[in-house]
Amino acid sequence: MSMPYYVSPDQLMADKAEFARKGISRGKSIVALEFAGGMLLMAENSTELSKLGEVYDRIAFAGVGKFSEFDQMRKLGVRFADMKGYAYSREDVRAKGLANAYSQAIGEVFTRELKPLEIEVILVEVGDDRYKGHEQNAIYRLKFDGFISGHKGFCVIGGNVDDVQHVLEEGYRAGLPAGEAAGLARQALGAGSEGGSDLGVNELEVCILDRERSGRKFVRLSAEQIQDILDG
Amino acid sequence: MRFRTEYSGSSFLELMQLQYPQLLPNLQGDLTQLGSTLPHGTTVLAFKFDGGVVVAGDRLATAGMQVASRDIQKVFRTDTHSMMAISGAAGPCIEMARILSVELEHYEKIEGEQLELEGKANKLSQMIRQNLPAAMQGLAVIPIFAGFDLRRNDGRLWKFDVTGGRYEEAEFEATGSGGLFARESLKQSWHSSQSRSESIVSSVRALTAAADEDRATGGVDLRRGIFPIIMCASEAGIDQVNESEIASAYEEVLEGRSDGHRAGRSASEGGTES
Repeated sequence: MSMPYYVSPDQLMADKAEFARKGISRGKSIVALEFAGGMLLMAENSTELSKLGEVYDRIAFAGVGKFSEFDQMRKLGVRFADMKGYAYSREDVRAKGLANAYSQAIGEVFTRELKPLEIEVILVEVGDDRYKGHEQNAIYRLKFDGFISGHKGFCVIGGNVDDVQHVLEEGYRAGLPAGEAAGLARQALGAGSEGGSDLGVNELEVCILDRERSGRKFVRLSAEQIQDILDG
Repeated sequence: MRFRTEYSGSSFLELMQLQYPQLLPNLQGDLTQLGSTLPHGTTVLAFKFDGGVVVAGDRLATAGMQVASRDIQKVFRTDTHSMMAISGAAGPCIEMARILSVELEHYEKIEGEQLELEGKANKLSQMIRQNLPAAMQGLAVIPIFAGFDLRRNDGRLWKFDVTGGRYEEAEFEATGSGGLFARESLKQSWHSSQSRSESIVSSVRALTAAADEDRATGGVDLRRGIFPIIMCASEAGIDQVNESEIASAYEEVLEGRSDGHRAGRSASEGGTES
């Protein structure tokens, strides 16, 4: 007669976390950075498959890990935001509420399903001075187990986080102009990249949440526009 | 929010129908008694000009024989290059314009690219078709959809019938209770090489003609300072014509009108009352 194997919950969670962490660290990094004109998202990505995306007027998404999983997460975010904005008002759609919903959804998969999601996600929200109570920027990071954290200034996910973060810690200050912010982000990604050198504009995916824009503030930059910003 | 969801497509409307049907308008049941008590919007028009397409609508809504609102909005921007003008039952019309604009934005965000202009018009036609049961009971939604087609580099416009029938118009179209008069006015002045400013005068002239003959259409109301809404779509996007431009177009229109037996009165008396 065979006995079912007993695996302690501690061991089960540790194994799942180990599995997810491995999957995520294989990929490349993404940097989110506050700058004078809004929020900058930069990913090392030379493919057509986007890792960054628009969620709502002032909210953008960045995901690393398994593409199908984080892209599903992005779509869930767009659906959640559009539904909420339709049922209430556009101003009622906030990154905090969405980050919480993300945390629940990712956490549920981690505890209930055999295979955890191999993803990490950043949600950024840009402030708007014209709108009272909405002036502040916000950055939220979500881990594979649903762990949620808020960040000020910058945030890194995926790949070689420590090396990328080190460069940002050295070079970041509040209120950077767009050119310097983009330069710093590129330098940081370069430090974490396998090549180790400066990344070319064709190896970067860059999106901006522009504080000054009204309505939908999300802008995806073309290679020429990235070059223009880097050149200052 | 659940990671695994029922719906996995890129349509906002389908998402709502499947997962949040309680948030959508529900116009089932016997509505025949409602028809005359609900606000209805009237004259809207659209036509091509050199470099794009213009859409205009008056501001009056009526409920039966009464004024429901003097400054309702009937022309909506649905995304960067498309617009929708509504006539018919105001509530369902405005909601349809709202759902369409969320639908277009939703598709763009999920798919990473915009629908073609033709695809947008087609989506609207599906929405009108779904409203048919309500339309049969007097709550019809009869919009005009227009926009700038970036691929063809030309303005385009469509009219619809209550069954969702979609007809592309090559020149101009007007609908609503004063649509006949507006169309007649456009027929006389329309030509394909009109400039933007000429087309503003044309649209004010057509709305003035409609307001003159149809009591449910409001024209320019100088006394209250209520002006029609006019939007132009061109390659650069959509711009809403400002009120001073409409006011000066209106003066030009009044100068050109004889207005029957009281011809010769001054322009300042000439605000069409609504």
